[in-house]
Amino acid sequence: MEIKKTSLNKLHQSNNAKFVEFAGYEMPIQYSKGIIEEHKFTRSNSGIFDVSHMGQLFIYGDESLTEELEKIFPLDLKNLKQNCSKYSFLMNEDAGIYDDLIITKIEEGYLIILNAACKDKDFEILSNLLGSKFKMNLENNRSLIAIQGPKSVEILNSILNGVDQLSFMTGNWFDSDNQKLFVTRSGYTGEDGFEISISNDKAEKFVENLIEKGAQLIGLGARDTLRLEAGLCLYGHELDINKTPVEANLRWAISKSRLSNGGFIGSKKIMNQMQDGASQIRVGIKPEGRLIAREKTKIFDDTDKQIGEITSGTFGPSVNGPIAMGYVDKEFSKVDTKILLEVRGKKHPANVCALPFYKKNYVKGVN
Amino acid sequence: MSEVKFSKEHEWIKLEGDVATIGITKHATEMLGDIVFAELPEKGSNVEKDGTAGVVESTKAASDVYTPVSGEVVDTNQSIVDDPAKINEDPEGDAWFFKLKIKDTSELDTLMNKEEYDKFAKETSS
Repeated sequence: MEIKKTSLNKLHQSNNAKFVEFAGYEMPIQYSKGIIEEHKFTRSNSGIFDVSHMGQLFIYGDESLTEELEKIFPLDLKNLKQNCSKYSFLMNEDAGIYDDLIITKIEEGYLIILNAACKDKDFEILSNLLGSKFKMNLENNRSLIAIQGPKSVEILNSILNGVDQLSFMTGNWFDSDNQKLFVTRSGYTGEDGFEISISNDKAEKFVENLIEKGAQLIGLGARDTLRLEAGLCLYGHELDINKTPVEANLRWAISKSRLSNGGFIGSKKIMNQMQDGASQIRVGIKPEGRLIAREKTKIFDDTDKQIGEITSGTFGPSVNGPIAMGYVDKEFSKVDTKILLEVRGKKHPANVCALPFYKKNYVKGVN
Repeated sequence: MSEVKFSKEHEWIKLEGDVATIGITKHATEMLGDIVFAELPEKGSNVEKDGTAGVVESTKAASDVYTPVSGEVVDTNQSIVDDPAKINEDPEGDAWFFKLKIKDTSELDTLMNKEEYDKFAKETSS
C-alpha cells in the first residue's frame, strides 16, 4: 500500500523534518532542533503538531443518535452540552478497548476524533452498530492541527479572535479565510492548547501563519515525550483490546450516571471491575538513576516473581530523568512501591509513582 | 599519532602506542538524535572485535555500541555517563567512550579511513 501524506507534507520537508511511517502515513518524527528542544519549546512557548493522520468522524443526527451512542459509549451524552467534549473509548463486550477517542457534541450531531491506526476499523464497527440510520463521514478533506503550550492562546487568538473564550474540553466553529474551522481547547501534551480542524487546501497557509506569529513545528517524537510526562495513554501501548478502562486507571472517564444501569457495550465487565478491582492496573514508574526502561521491559518484585510489564518508557526532558508507564499486579500499584526492571539482562530498582510526571497547565474549564 | 579509522557500526578508533580510544561518530549521533543514556564496558574486562561494548539511548531508542577491535578495557569516560548530552556535543573529541589495550593491530586494517567512511555513511543513510 502506498504511504499516505498529509496536506502539510511539503511544509514538513521545507522545515527539515525527519520522517517515519506511522499508521500508514509519512509523518515528521522531529525537525532539525531535535526532540528535547522541541519538547522544551512546547512547554515554554507554543508548538504546532500535524495530527492530520487522526480520524475526524462526523456523525449526523438528533436525539435518536444520542440514544444510540449511549448504547456504545460509557458517557452521559444526554446531558452533554453542545460544543462540549469528552474523552471515551470504543469497547467490545469484555470492555477491551478498540480505541480511545474524544467525542464532541456539535449542532449537527457528533464529531469523534480517532487514532490514525484505528480509524478505519472504528468506522466499520460504528457503521455496523449504528446501521444506515445516520449519515457518517470519516473526513478525508480536513486536516487536524494541534497548537500546544502557554503562548498558544495568544498566538491562535490573533488569527481566530475568540478562541481565548473557549474553556478546556469545549469547542466551536470559527471563520477564517472564508471557511469554517472547528476549534477545540484540548490536547495531548499536558499544556493549554487547541486542536483545529481545517480544510486541506487551507492548512499549509494557516500553519505558516502560526509560525510567523512565533509557534514552531514539533514532531511525533516530542509529542510522545510530552504525553508521557503528562501521564496520558497511547493506544497500542497503554491501551489495547486486552485492556479495560478500569485496568488502565481511567475510571474517571466513565460517567457516574451510567454505572448504575449500564446499557453500554462492555458495561457488565466495567461494573464488575469497578466493584472488585482489576487484577492489574496502569501506574507511573520512575527508574532510579538514568536508566531508561522501554516498552516490554519486564517488572519483578524482590522475590524474582514477574509482576508486570512496561508499556511506554523514555527520557522526560522536563522531568530531566527517565519515566515510564506500565501495568503491575494490583498489590504493587501503590505509590512508592519498590519494583525491579529487567533491562539487558540485569534488574534495576525503580519506584511506582503518581501520575502525571509533569504537572498540567490546563486552563480551568466547565468540566 | 595514527590516523583515525572508522567501522561500519559507526565507531571511530584512534591508536596511540598500543592503546586505542573508541567513540561513536558524529554521523551516528545525528542518526540517533538526543542521547540521554550511556553504558560503558567495565574497566579490566576483555572485549572481542565486533562484540557489544556499551549502549547508548536516545529519546527514540536504544542502540548497542560495538568495539571495532579486540582488547582489554583500560579506561572509560565516566563524564558521558553523568552527562550523556556531551555525546551529541563532541562525539569525536571529549565524548570518547572507552580505551582498549589492543591485542592485534592488524584488526585495524579491516576498518575504513575518513574518506571511505564519509562515503559509506552517505550511502547508507539515504
